[in-house]
Amino acid sequence: MIEVKSLKKSFGINEVLKDINVTVKPQEVVVVIGPSGSGKSTFLRCINMLETITGGHVLIEGIDITDKKTDINKIRTEVGMVFQQFNLFPHKKVIENIMLAPMKVRNVPAEKARAKGLELLKKVGLADKAEAYPDSLSGGQKQRVAIARALSMEPKIMLFDEPTSALDPEMVGEVLEVMKQLAKEGMTMVVVTHEMGFAKEVGDRVIFMDGGLIVEENVPSELFNYPKEDRTKAFLSKVL
Amino acid sequence: MDFRWDLIAEYAPLFLKGTLVTIGLSVAGIIIGSILGLFIGLGKMMRKKLWALPFNWYINFFRGTPLMVQILLIHFAVVPVFLGTTNAIVAAILALSLNSAAYVAEIFRAGIQSIDKGQMEAARSLGMTHGQAMRFVILPQAIKRMIPPLGNEFIVLIKDSSLAALIAAPELMYWGRAMQGQYMRPWEPYLTAAVIYLVLTLSLNFLLNRIERRLATE
Repeated sequence: MIEVKSLKKSFGINEVLKDINVTVKPQEVVVVIGPSGSGKSTFLRCINMLETITGGHVLIEGIDITDKKTDINKIRTEVGMVFQQFNLFPHKKVIENIMLAPMKVRNVPAEKARAKGLELLKKVGLADKAEAYPDSLSGGQKQRVAIARALSMEPKIMLFDEPTSALDPEMVGEVLEVMKQLAKEGMTMVVVTHEMGFAKEVGDRVIFMDGGLIVEENVPSELFNYPKEDRTKAFLSKVL
Repeated sequence: MDFRWDLIAEYAPLFLKGTLVTIGLSVAGIIIGSILGLFIGLGKMMRKKLWALPFNWYINFFRGTPLMVQILLIHFAVVPVFLGTTNAIVAAILALSLNSAAYVAEIFRAGIQSIDKGQMEAARSLGMTHGQAMRFVILPQAIKRMIPPLGNEFIVLIKDSSLAALIAAPELMYWGRAMQGQYMRPWEPYLTAAVIYLVLTLSLNFLLNRIERRLATE
C-alpha cells in the first residue's frame, strides 16, 4: 500500500532523513516513535509530499509520487492527514470544514456532502456540534472534527502527525478512542505519537526512529519488551 | 469674531458638487487601487525573485515619493503623453489609484502571509490545488484581517484626494480654496471642508466596522 524506498530529505545542509525504507501493507497500523528531532514527523509529511523529497521514492498503491508526472492532488485525496495543531478552517462551521473538500475537489452536491459530513460527525461523537465554529470547541473535539474532515474524502490511508501532543491530558483518550475505532474498521494507518499505550494496544508494528534513520522495527510486544538496540533501550527507559 | 453662515449657504451648491467629485475620486481610487494592489501584491509574492522585482520597485516608487509629486507628474507629464492634452479628473484618479495600489499590495501580502501555514497544508492534504486552497481557505481569512489596515488606507485616500485641488480638479478642497480666494476669509471655507471630510471618513469607518462584525466567527 505504501512503499518508501531509500527516502532522503534535507533542509539545506541539515540531513533530516538519511535512508528510510518502509513498507506498509493494507489494513496495517504502523506506529512511529522516537525522540524529538529524529525525523519521524518529516517522514510522515513526505508520504503525502507536504515536504519536497530530496532523494529516493515513495509509492502509494504502486504510484510513484516523486514522479513529476504524478497528479499529487489526486494521491492526496487517497491519503488523509491529521495534524498536531488540528488546522481546522476557523472561518467555516464544523460541518462546512468537512463538506469543503468533497464539494470543491470531487464536485459532490451540497446536500450529499452535508449528509456524509453529519454521518462522520456522528462517528466521532460530535453530531451536535455541526453548526458550531471551531473556536468554540475543546482541543479534543477539534481533533475529532479534523479526523472527520480527513475521512470526508474517503481515503484509503490515514496519516496522524502527533495527534494528541497538543491536547490537555484528559482529552487524549477521546481522540485515541476514535483512532482505535478506525483501526478496528481496517483503515491503513501510519501514526507518529508519544502515546506508548496506543502503540502497544493498536499498533501492528512499531518503528523506532533516531537521527534520521530507522533504528529498529518490530511488533509492539517484542519492541517494547525485548528491544535489541541500545538506542531503543535508552529511549524506552525514558518514556515508559 | 462673526461667523458668516450666509457665505457658506451661498457656496453650498458648489461644496455639494465638490463633495460629489471627492466621493467619485475616492471611490474610483479605492476600487482601481484595490484591484491593482491585489495583483501587485501577488506579483511581489512570486517565488522567482527576478519576476517579483518590478512589483517590488513599483511599491518602492509609489510609497517612497510624495503623492503631490506623483499628482503633478501624472497631470502635466504622463496624461498628456497618452491623451494629447491633460485632464485633471483622469490625472487625479490615476495618481490616487497608482499610489493606493502600492499600499494595498503590502496590506494584501501581509494579510496572506499572516495566515498560519498549517491552513494551506490542511487544504492541500485534502487534495485541493494551490488555487483552490487560496480561494476557499486562505483568502477568506486573510481578507478579514486586511479590513482594518485597508480601512486606514481608504481613509488616507479620501483625505489625500484634496491634493487634486492643486491641479484644479473641481473637488471639495478646490471649492474651499475658491471661496477663500473670493472672500478672503479663512474660517468658513476650511472649516466647512474639514467637517465634510470628517463626515465622509466617519461614514467609511462605520461601514467597515459593520463588515468586520458581520465576518466575525464566534
